[in-house]
Parts: sequence; structure tokens; C-alpha cells
Amino acid sequence: MTLPDDIPVTDVDVLVIGGGTAGPMAAVTAKEKNPDAKVLLLEKANVKRSGAISMGMDGLNNAVVPGHSTPEDYVKEITIANDGIVLQKGVMAYAERSYEMIQQLDSWGVYFQKDETGEYDMKKVHHLGTYVLPMPEGHNIKKILYRRLRRHRVIVENRYQAIRLLKDKTGTVSGCIALGTRDADVIVIRAKSVILCTGAAGRIGLPASGYLFGTYENPSNCGDGHSMAYHVGAELSGLECYQINPLLKDYNGPACAYVTGPLGGYTANAHGDRFIECDYWSGQMMMEFYNELQGGNGPVFLKLDHLAEETIQEIEHVLHTNERPSRGLFHDGRGTDYRSKMVEMHISEIGFCAGHSASGVWINEKGETTVPGLYGAGDMASIPHSYMLGAFVYGKICGENAVEFARNRELPELDVDFIVAEKERILAPLKRTDGIPPNQFEYKVRRLVNDYLQPPKITKKMDIGWQRIKDMEADISMLYARDAHELLRANEAQHIWDCAQMAACASLYRQESRWGLYHHYVDYPETNNEDWFCHVQLYKDEKGQMACHTRPVEPYVVELDEVEKNAYQQLRVSQAG
Amino acid sequence: MPTASQISTVPVLVDEDKCIADKGCRTCIDVCPLDVLWINEETGKAHMKYDECWYCMPCEADCPTDAVTVTIPYLLR
Ligand SMILES: Cc1cc2nc3c(=O)[nH]c(=O)nc-3n(C[C@H](O)[C@H](O)[C@H](O)COP(=O)(O)OP(=O)(O)OC[C@H]3O[C@@H](n4cnc5c(N)ncnc54)[C@H](O)[C@@H]3O)c2cc1C
Ligand code: SF4
Ligand code: SF4
Repeated sequence: MTLPDDIPVTDVDVLVIGGGTAGPMAAVTAKEKNPDAKVLLLEKANVKRSGAISMGMDGLNNAVVPGHSTPEDYVKEITIANDGIVLQKGVMAYAERSYEMIQQLDSWGVYFQKDETGEYDMKKVHHLGTYVLPMPEGHNIKKILYRRLRRHRVIVENRYQAIRLLKDKTGTVSGCIALGTRDADVIVIRAKSVILCTGAAGRIGLPASGYLFGTYENPSNCGDGHSMAYHVGAELSGLECYQINPLLKDYNGPACAYVTGPLGGYTANAHGDRFIECDYWSGQMMMEFYNELQGGNGPVFLKLDHLAEETIQEIEHVLHTNERPSRGLFHDGRGTDYRSKMVEMHISEIGFCAGHSASGVWINEKGETTVPGLYGAGDMASIPHSYMLGAFVYGKICGENAVEFARNRELPELDVDFIVAEKERILAPLKRTDGIPPNQFEYKVRRLVNDYLQPPKITKKMDIGWQRIKDMEADISMLYARDAHELLRANEAQHIWDCAQMAACASLYRQESRWGLYHHYVDYPETNNEDWFCHVQLYKDEKGQMACHTRPVEPYVVELDEVEKNAYQQLRVSQAG
Repeated sequence: MPTASQISTVPVLVDEDKCIADKGCRTCIDVCPLDVLWINEETGKAHMKYDECWYCMPCEADCPTDAVTVTIPYLLR
């Protein structure tokens, strides 16, 4: 059977989905490794300005630079910050290639801050080691990546939302089906290997402002990759270890302690007192933040008003021009001046993100998911706290391995029935003449997530929330889109709905508390290493139902001693007690 | 289910006198990660068609004629 003529098929060796940070690196690497390979980068927005780093970045949050730290130190720090539940080999693979990646980016023209002697100007923000490298001129990074894509002749397809992955009879991944966001055209990319780089799932919870797009994450990262991986049969891991970040109230962007910390700024309570030892984002830090907010000493603030004028100017320069340049506008609108006022902070909506937390599609140290031929990198994959540099390193690892996988494979057969049915399903909202608009559907899912699935987690609440979200299945057949753009939102909304259920399913499964606020489960308040020192893997079972199983933590490659294990449990400043 | 249409204020403003979309420019429309800037059929100039903005600013930064102004969405202000 062949595909109907109105579904165009493009054949490639390697398909990369998502052209933000990890994606361009993966695509360029695949071409460097095999210049004859046909490599296509599919992007929902436009690779020139897409993803988390669309305007640039303030610094590397996790640079492992010789002379400041070793890969072993880094693996230890990340293991401790994640309460021991890590694939250490995966963190090590990052740490060992971190420095080489900084040098590669440096040689491409990305500017990192250097000291008088020409060495990288490293700063201490983490609890134990020194890993932060500022890049105050970080705004050219997308331009540099774009130039590399051109030079290596990567084929770029902008404004297509990948919606479902395809697989062949052997269960090996064989491409994707995608929707044009401007013309509502459905296309198929047939590929010998696929790398998912679709970023975090940032639109699961609702920001306190109620504005659907006022999320911490770039809202184009709505969990499409998580949903696609789930439906094609891949395992996801650690979804109960939510991403929750300390942010500027309402603006919902980073506060940002990593920039201000080394210059003397810190997180304070309403009395202006420091209450946490370390501003590095972790579940334990978020727990202290949450307790302060709820406990009568809140709100929580970023305190800069004690700093010297030159220091404040330096902070303003970085924070108001680089990563989130609208921040200055936000402060101006409210008359907030760092010199005289502390800046109010709050906690973000929940999300899935390995970049900041540990939740995502399971990958190993080669970037392989549990589905043959499918790789994952960056915020959507499971290597914890990987941030921007981790996205680049795993993009590179995946590029190398996926192009090799493709080299040994013939073009796969397409599952025509599946594709035809999917096309129908994807376009359905556009064919209706009335119904439920995607923004209302999305608002409702995300509001239920906030009401029922946000920590503190409670069994009874999560049961109700999950049921209410499941009940919305009936609404999907009523989703209504008036144009291609609304159709994009309708398809995103269904992936958000999937992700919301994953949050409930994984959270209910892990019957203990771990990672501070991220999995603060009131019915099981203690950490239980006896039964739960393991990963929780979420997958689609044979009946098509969402299910979980445990996966043992692999033997460590770097051992920890008992004292170190508890370092992140003691973040509260003693006198603030 | 019948629907109603509601209005909302949008955070991104385009100065139509400065916008050169009629000469073929599509820069802001191209770069917006959320695809919310489109050509206004009535004026032939760029405008914000959907109130779904991340206030990230590539549209303003990349416009060749400084026609775009990004403000903070009303609900956040
Ligand atoms: C506000 C903010 C500040 C940060 N600050 C720092 C910092 O200072 N230092 C640091 O090291 N890290 C920082 N990070 C983290 C870092 O930016 C991310 O970890 C990293 O950029 C993630 O890269 P990625 O490739 O996984 O995702 P992204 O770069 O976000 O790329 C994902 C891409 O996938 C596309 N996409 C999504 N769905 C689809 C689909 N269905 N089809 C096609 N394309 C799709 C998106 O449009 C996007 O372009 C920050 C993140 C944010 C949000
Ligand atoms: S970039 Fe500027 S000139 Fe070009 S279409 Fe947009 S507003 Fe008009
Ligand atoms: S600020 Fe960002 S999301 Fe808003 S219109 Fe401009 S480019 Fe698009």
C-alpha cells in the first residue's frame, strides 16, 4: 500500500526534531561525522530564534573546567543534589566532555567571560563546587549556531510541529508525521534515525498570573516530545521529580541568583534575612523557599539593595540585555529599582525538565531512548541538571550515534494505515464548525494541574485531579480550530493533556517523599531508601494504558561518603532556623 | 457547542508608519517563536494577531526599522 498523494514524504538519514539548543548541535555533528548523510532539522518555530536561548544566555550553569573541578566532583555534586537517583554514567559522559564543548563553542565565536590572565572566569554558585561561567555577551549564540547549520548544509524545515513518531514492524523508529503551523498541511519525514530535542514540557501547570504563555519555559516547548516518545513506546523517567523554579513574581523569569550571587546578591525573606545557604536550584532549596513563603516570613525576595552602584549597573547590564531582556521593562512598569527595593519572588508552575530538574524521556550515556533508532537530548531527556551545556554535549553525543545508526540501515517501510488515520485525527478540529476552543481546553487542564497535582502532593487530591483530567478525553472530540494557528494550539493542548496525566501517574506511583518540594508527598512524608532507591519509569502498557515500573539505579562510577550524601539536606541557614 | 468571541489587549505594538511589510519584509513574523505576528490583511502591515506572547523580544530586536515595541502582557504588568 502506498501513501495518498496529498501526504508528501521526505526521505532522510537523520531527522532532528527541535532546533533550539541541542537540535542544531546534533544536526551539525551528524553532518560533520558523515557529510554524505542527509540530515533534516524540523522546527516548530524558526531556528534563527527558537527555544530557551532565543535571545542568548547569561552563562553556563554547569561548566566542568580543569583547575576548578573534575568530572568526578561534578558527578558527586549532581548525585547528591538529586538524592542519589541518577544514572551516573550519563552524568559522567556529560562531565567528561563539558570542557571540550566549551572550547568548541569558544572556537565558533561564543564569548565566555575570562579573567585578566585569559582563563575562564569561573564562579561558585553550587553548594559544593565551582561550575558557573558567565557569558555577559551571550546574545549571539543563536546566530553562531545558524551559521553552522548553513555551512554544513543541514536541511532546515521551519514552522512544522512534529506530532507523532513512526515506527516499522520491528519497533524501530522510522520518522515522524508533522503539521505545518501556517497552512495546516500534513507531511511525513521518513528517517533511519530520529533525535528528539523538543525541550522541556513547560505548559503543564498554570503560572500564578493566569496568563497561559507567561511560563518559565519558552511556551513553544509544551511537551510535544514527551508525548511523542510516550506514544511510540519509549520510557520516561523521574516525571514525579517536577521542575519548580524560584522566579520573579508574575514576570516568571529567573531572578537570577546565578548572575547576582557571585556579585553579592542573595535570596532573602520579608525581613531581608538570608534563609538558605545556597541559591543553586534544587528540590531541597525549593522546599526551604516554599516553607518561607508559607510560613509567615514571606514573601521571598531577591536582595540587591545593599550593593554598590557599579555592581548594580553591571547586574542591570546583564539581566536587562541578554537572556530575558524584557525584565527591565517589567521592573520599570512597577517602579522597581534594585538600588532601593528588594525584588519580589515566587515559585513557578510545575513542568518536566531535565535541564533544571531530572524529569524526561529516559536516555542512557549514548543518548539512546528505549526505542531503537530514537535518541534524545537536552531538556526533554533524562540526564539531570544538564542546562545549556548539557544540551550541547548530548546533542553532540546523539548526533554522533544517530548518524552511525542510520549508516547501517535501509530506509524503513511506512505504516500507511497509521499515517492516514493520524492525518485525520490531527486535522479534525479544523473540520468542525463549532466546539471547544483550544485555549479553553488548555486552561482547564492546566488549572486542574495546579489545583490537584502541584506539591504538597496528596493521594486523594491527585486521584480526583487525574480523574477529572481523564474525563476531558470526551472534550477532545469537540476541539475546534478556526485556522492553522489554532490547530497548532489544539494539537499542543492534547500533548499537554498527556503530560498532565503523566505527572499524576508518576507522582502517585512513588510512595515516598524525595527531592524536597519536587516530590513532597504528604501521605508518605519520609524518604524511603529501602523501597524507593530506584528510578520510576512511565510507559504505555500493552493495553494502551499509562503505567509505571521501577528501574534500579545502576552501580555508581563515583562513590559518595555518608557526610557528602547529606550536604543538600542542610541548606537552611542555622540562625534563620 | 456554540462559541463567543472575546477581545484582549495585545502586548506587542507595530508602528505602521515605520513598518515596511509592504516592501516584502517579514522579519518579525519569521522570528517569533510563538508564531503570533501576522500580516494584517486590512493594512498590509505586521500586527499581533494572537495574545500569546512570551515577551522574549526577537521581534523588536530584529526589526530593521525599529517599528516593533514589546510591552509586558497586561495580566503580568
Ligand atoms: C529563561 C531561561 C533561562 C535559562 N538560563 C540558563 C543559564 O543562564 N545557563 C544555562 O546553562 N542554562 C539556562 N537555561 C537552561 C537552558 O537554556 C536549557 O537547558 C537548554 O537551552 C535546553 O536546550 P534544548 O535544546 O533542550 O531546548 P530548546 O533550546 O528550548 O529547544 C527546543 C526546541 O524544540 C522546538 N520544538 C518543540 N516542540 C516541537 C515540535 N513538536 N516539533 C518541532 N519542534 C519543536 C522548540 O520550538 C524549540 O526550538 C535557561 C532556560 C530558560 C528557559
Ligand atoms: S520586522 Fe519591522 S518592518 Fe519588518 S514586517 Fe516586522 S514590523 Fe514590519
Ligand atoms: S515578544 Fe517574542 S513571543 Fe512576543 S511577539 Fe515578539 S517574538 Fe513573538
